[in-house]
Amino acid sequence: MAVKKFVVGSFDDEAVLFPAVKKVRQAGYKIHDVYTPFPVHGLDHAMGLRETSLHTAGFIYAITGTTTALSFMSWVFTTDWPMNIGGKPHFPLPAFIPITFELTVLFSAVGMVMTFMYLCQMAPFVKKHIFHPRQTDDLFVMAIEVSEKTNAEEVKGFLSSVGAKEINEQTAEAGWWLGRFDREDKVFA
Amino acid sequence: MLLGIGLLTLLIGIFALNGEHGPTRFWAGLLQNSTFFLMVALASTFFICVTTLAHGGWQMAFRRVPEAISMTVPVLSVIVLVVLGFLIFGNKGHIYHWLHPEGDRILEFKSPFLNAGFVSTMTVITLALWSVLTIKLRRMSLAEDTMLLDQEGRKALIWKGTVWCGLFAVVYALSMGSTTPWIWLMSIDAHWFSTMYSWYTFASTWVSGLSLIALFVVYLKSKGYLEMVNEEHLHDLGKFMFAFSVFWTYLWFSQYMLIWYANMPEETVYFQPRVWGEFRPVFFLNLVINFVAPLLILMKRSSKRNYTLVAFMGGLIIFGHWLDFFQMVMPATVKHLHFPWFELGIGLGFVGLIIYLTAQQLAKAPLTPKNHPYLKESIVHHT
Repeated sequence: MAVKKFVVGSFDDEAVLFPAVKKVRQAGYKIHDVYTPFPVHGLDHAMGLRETSLHTAGFIYAITGTTTALSFMSWVFTTDWPMNIGGKPHFPLPAFIPITFELTVLFSAVGMVMTFMYLCQMAPFVKKHIFHPRQTDDLFVMAIEVSEKTNAEEVKGFLSSVGAKEINEQTAEAGWWLGRFDREDKVFA
Repeated sequence: MLLGIGLLTLLIGIFALNGEHGPTRFWAGLLQNSTFFLMVALASTFFICVTTLAHGGWQMAFRRVPEAISMTVPVLSVIVLVVLGFLIFGNKGHIYHWLHPEGDRILEFKSPFLNAGFVSTMTVITLALWSVLTIKLRRMSLAEDTMLLDQEGRKALIWKGTVWCGLFAVVYALSMGSTTPWIWLMSIDAHWFSTMYSWYTFASTWVSGLSLIALFVVYLKSKGYLEMVNEEHLHDLGKFMFAFSVFWTYLWFSQYMLIWYANMPEETVYFQPRVWGEFRPVFFLNLVINFVAPLLILMKRSSKRNYTLVAFMGGLIIFGHWLDFFQMVMPATVKHLHFPWFELGIGLGFVGLIIYLTAQQLAKAPLTPKNHPYLKESIVHHT
């Protein structure tokens, strides 16, 4: 991850944010992210984010769980250590189903949570730069990435023209890092 | 036309099926089809009831469709009443052998519950309550169209709907969720019992009922009606179909596994002809159609938003659960697997009857409940 320069604008109304996102994209600026106090329906479409593939990952984790449970149990009870339990056959499929189901759910749930954490760059003790202290309280905060080719002043002017209340410029680590907010040294970035 | 096929099959059935096993097959087929389609139609009333109780708004755009389907309940109730009347008081086809418990210790023990008087009284009460409450819910919905309400009036309207739907939920739970499938269907195997049976039957008819609603919605949409319905509503119906197919499998498995595990002869007697007897193909086909197919096909988001695929799955699920009722009724009555031309014909007749009556009801009222306070929620619905 890299340290980048951002122009940050904060909005206090959802109804202003939507057209602003649309205009910023039309103007060709690169939106780093938009932070909202609550899930806003349709914002992902407005920002042009692609459809998530989290559910495909979930399906793959689930069939991994199914295969693990079924193959392990059949190996144990038919090959490794066959036991006579209540006169049932050595491969009692109905008795395997509940455990197979549980392992399917467990694999997909844990796997999807981990994938989600990775995609959103969230984890315990891991930090991300906070653009505005009120971004999870009552402000909608839009961070626009500034490269060498973009004129930061121009972006600021554009943001105020689309209705941003507070505008400033920040230089910050774009990804996640281990460490503390009050110190510069980062264990891993 | 389907109605014609049904009547024709009924006539052919009357003449053709009078050999040794003929009458049994004739009445078993009628019992299977009439109870199945009544319960499927009743699922529409239950759909209105649960969505109202949950204060759901998304279904308002097509709520008149389940309402119209539910209005077939009184007609189908009469048919079921006639069929059961012949079965119980005429002992036609010897379907219910608990009618003569003499000399059978188990049936004598059960006779305070399983006797002609008690069963027929319960049946009449249940059918009457279902029909009356269904008609009441429909009348209340139609009355909204002529009202112009202020804020307080709307609150009162929602409250009134909640009370009546709550009443129906209690009746439905006590009938469909416990006694009705026992006395109509489980008592065919009068020695056997399963406390999961009613829930299993409920899940079967509920998912078919949802599929029927989805089929009507897709059909009306393709004809240009229901302009407020879009992929979002279809997606939610598809989710229901997917979820309750899995729920059905859950109940199926809960019933099967406990019996398989305990392995007691008085319980396994039910599964013996189904798993190891002639009905083995039907038994497994049932699982494939009702579990594997919806699970794999309806899992993807895009397939739940596809009108053609949802309509196809709707038809498949209804057929699958019809087959489920087939394998619930036939092994204990007819005892031999045969090509079900008679049962299929009668089934098509019922489908025709439901389509005919529902179309009549749909034509009677506007397709949008325009004065309902939750209508806007349905228009802006977003999944």
